[in-house]
Amino acid sequence: MASTKQNGTANLAANGQNGYRVIGTRPVRPDGVDKVTGRAVYAADVQMTGLLHGHVLRSPHAHARIRSIDTSKAEALPGVRAVVTAADLPVAEDKIEDLGEGAINLKYLSDNILAHEKALYHGHAVAGVAAINPHIAEEAAALIEVDYEPLPPVMTVDDALADDAPILLETLRTDSMGEIGSEQTNLASFFRHQRGDLEAGFTDADLVVDRTFRTETVHQGYIEPHAATALYSADGQITIWTSTQGSFAVRDQVCEILQIPVSRLKVVPTEIGGGFGGKINVYVEPVAVLLSQKAGHEPVKIVMSRADVLAATGPTSGSNIRVKIGVDSNGKISAALAELYYEAGAYPGSPVGAAANVSLAPYAIDNLQVDGYDIIVNRPRSAAYRAPGGTNVAFAVESVVDELAEKLGMDPAEFRILNGARENDRRPDGVQYARIGQIETVEAIKESEHYQSPLEGNYRGRGIASGYWNNWGGQSSATAVLNPDGTVNLNEASTDIGGTRASIAMQLAEAMDIDYEQVKARVVDTDTVSYNDVTGGSRTTFATGLAAYNLGQQLKKEMKRRLAEHWDVEPSGVSYEDGVFSAGGESLPFVEAADLVQEEEPLMASSTVHPQDFGPGFSTQCVDVEVDPETGKITILRYTIAQDVGKAIHPSYVEGQMQGGVAQGIGWAINEEYIYDDEGHLLNASLLDYRMPTALDLPMIETIMVEVPHPAHPYGVRGVGEVNIVPPAGAVANAVYQATGVRMDKLPISPANLLEAMWAKQAEGAAELVPGDD
Amino acid sequence: MQAIDFVAPTSVDEAISALAAGSGMARPLSGGTDLIAQLQEGRLALDTVVDLKRIPELMAISINSDGLTLGASVSCHSINNNQAIRDAYPALIDSTHLIGGTQIQGRASLGGNLCNSSPAADSIPNLIAHSVTCHIAGPNGRRTVPVEEFCTAPGRNVLENGEFLVALEFPAPPANFGAAYLRFIPRNEMDIAVVGAGASVVLSDDGGTIQSARVSIGAVAPTPLFVQEAGDALAGQPVSEETLAKAADLARDAARPISDMRGTIPQRKHLSGVLTQRALRIAIDRARGTKTVDELGRLNGHG
Repeated sequence: MASTKQNGTANLAANGQNGYRVIGTRPVRPDGVDKVTGRAVYAADVQMTGLLHGHVLRSPHAHARIRSIDTSKAEALPGVRAVVTAADLPVAEDKIEDLGEGAINLKYLSDNILAHEKALYHGHAVAGVAAINPHIAEEAAALIEVDYEPLPPVMTVDDALADDAPILLETLRTDSMGEIGSEQTNLASFFRHQRGDLEAGFTDADLVVDRTFRTETVHQGYIEPHAATALYSADGQITIWTSTQGSFAVRDQVCEILQIPVSRLKVVPTEIGGGFGGKINVYVEPVAVLLSQKAGHEPVKIVMSRADVLAATGPTSGSNIRVKIGVDSNGKISAALAELYYEAGAYPGSPVGAAANVSLAPYAIDNLQVDGYDIIVNRPRSAAYRAPGGTNVAFAVESVVDELAEKLGMDPAEFRILNGARENDRRPDGVQYARIGQIETVEAIKESEHYQSPLEGNYRGRGIASGYWNNWGGQSSATAVLNPDGTVNLNEASTDIGGTRASIAMQLAEAMDIDYEQVKARVVDTDTVSYNDVTGGSRTTFATGLAAYNLGQQLKKEMKRRLAEHWDVEPSGVSYEDGVFSAGGESLPFVEAADLVQEEEPLMASSTVHPQDFGPGFSTQCVDVEVDPETGKITILRYTIAQDVGKAIHPSYVEGQMQGGVAQGIGWAINEEYIYDDEGHLLNASLLDYRMPTALDLPMIETIMVEVPHPAHPYGVRGVGEVNIVPPAGAVANAVYQATGVRMDKLPISPANLLEAMWAKQAEGAAELVPGDD
Repeated sequence: MQAIDFVAPTSVDEAISALAAGSGMARPLSGGTDLIAQLQEGRLALDTVVDLKRIPELMAISINSDGLTLGASVSCHSINNNQAIRDAYPALIDSTHLIGGTQIQGRASLGGNLCNSSPAADSIPNLIAHSVTCHIAGPNGRRTVPVEEFCTAPGRNVLENGEFLVALEFPAPPANFGAAYLRFIPRNEMDIAVVGAGASVVLSDDGGTIQSARVSIGAVAPTPLFVQEAGDALAGQPVSEETLAKAADLARDAARPISDMRGTIPQRKHLSGVLTQRALRIAIDRARGTKTVDELGRLNGHG
């Protein structure tokens, strides 16, 4: 069941943007036929003459000093063409670079590609081999002798901050709001957002709930493993074919790591089988380049195994979180405190900063403090994962909010409306909201048939939760070529993960008042258009769509100018309506005009944008669960998501994003976690034991698209890709409480964890488990 | 994965010779759903693989009034599609439907599941509940072993070097017989049993008394466990929740699990009791003829 709620469409009408021709329709996807027939070329499908196959040797230790590496036996194996180690990388120094996803220390980036002095997690790349087939490459890798000095692993926040904690990075000093510490540490940074008078706020409170939570490391779980092919030509030109969320991000990272100018590297993006933030960092790309160079300028392909993907590519942070919220006698929040300890993995850079923004964002709070700690541990370097950091903190905050509402005897939706953030309220870090749709998403859930329907039966419960994501603008570049037959080639460089070729083409079609089928969108390489940021931050339909809108305006304007010349009138005298140009009694349909205006000179347009005013997204979600009291297993009975989507360009894709985020969030909530042994070995690096939900584990996820148009976009677009993953863990936890009487303070709410919590509650001598319909 | 020799004999004797020629580095192959994965993951190094699927005896299904003889390499899919087996041994389908998805079931065999000898194997507690006898062939001739004595340790069993499993022999089900296999997994598919439980009962003609019973639990010890004391405790007892709870307690006591990434000791001990009781309930329902295999299939999440 899907529905759309229109809010504020009057604004659009006032802007003259109502009554769309293309926007809001559901055309077929341009990549559909290739994908269902198996023709689409993914990164591992790349083939070329003389292709060599690479294999990466990885550390068996979570934390070890590398005393020496002897590659001689591997090099001597017949069929081996090249072996590389960190010694083949240019010397990297501590240097901060912003590569489009936040600042990165170049030394850390280089160390993560091939370990230099130390292996910092189980699976850390240590050496690469290229051979004439993958079997020989694998065999050769096993012949590389690495002399390790194993060191004690540091696996959690508590391990890392202990007084006698082993130090991972010897040069790391805590950056405490710009002040750099003097001691060796595993605490990379600390920050604080505060406003109002926290102490007074808590003193004024009638009721305070103060809880701590733990969440585990989870992986994005994209189905396509990382793969890259590199050709280092004899003339020094380099080409990389890879699966990435951002071809320019790959170019910039590889160029920095290998110290080569960007003009020498072209990155060709292939089709991508999912990314969710995890395909922004490079892993095998620089290794493939080094191997290609060393192997005599032959192309080298490296395809990661599933185990390598789980062990060595970006999971997102596990975390320890404290949330304390006070409310006055009317149920208004009087003060809120959040302390966020995020595990960054082996190098600094957890999403704790974004998490702080998300933390209390759905609520209007005068007195608050949010502290963030970025902590390194012997786990893989964390990468972005769909609304990075948001799910962890929303689980904590929404659990506390639910407990407050319960203790106040208030409906949890009412509590969220009473305290909900509105236009001109401020995010925890102070950013002021323009028009936002948080309240509307709560109201949509509150009024939904789902929320209004009774839930009967023992051990069943219903929970709701809200969430926020800031979204992003970023930089986009695109060109449009007008064909004489009235079609338009749209060249853009935003990786299409969630249907953006369609949603961008639709905006160009809308802007030109032509049919969607007249626009052919394709994703091009880094040599073809100007710089383009990653597909991430829910920015692509918003920002690259804005570029497409501009292209349409430019083409229309130039067509009018040329027609004015042709008709010998002023350009301002040419009008364009319903696909027909006209002036002074003359008229010409678009298709014929496209031919006519190019008789003397071809026509193309280019647009670059860097919009700063991107609209944030909110979502409120409702879930019904049933818990098997004998096994602790949760069945998701029903799920409804309401999300402020701004304006849904292609509603099917928007619903798909909403459902996808919820599906991932449910997995995070109930089963997904990295499991390590005491020595820091990752035990469950397979999709058998890293338990993402299967189709049998999820109900149909019902969607309510709430449309509160973003005022700074011509069609009201807001990012829709991420906020949907923020509320699920909190919503499920709240439903589990209603079903069992147990408030889970950790994720995942796996059968083992829930069973244990139910036993603990029984042992406390608390009341019998609460049946769900009580 | 290294290059290996592939041999496909067409008789038991040829297979014995082929395995002997492999000098300890040869292994029989049926569906390969475990063996090939182990080779690819480097957990097993071999020089020869001996495919048993062209030997008629290993692919034969023989069912009559004496019982069922199932070739060791018969695929789960062939079992699922055999109406005579579904009618006579409906509980067997509990396992053959659980092992892998549809494509895997086209390859995976009960013989292979048994010889892989995982403590968490989904067929073995069920085979124990069904009092199966294993028929083994090797360089020293043929022998039989009760299935509950087949596994000796994780991944290990009574097969000597050069021996292989030929067939599984199921006795004819007595009147008022019912059985069931249940496993607990955190998801609803694509998972390894945290605990599995197989149970069978023979009821009195009026369905009110348990004449005999067998209980077996998996993933709670180095091998699937035959909990004889649970069956003994049920023999001669009236069918009641209290009776079943006693058997469940005995299964819980018999379980000696480890904690690992798939489950904890307390969870597994607890689930041993829960699943034993639930499996017994289904076995009793089946013995009374009150539930069909297809209904039970749905209970297990397999429509």
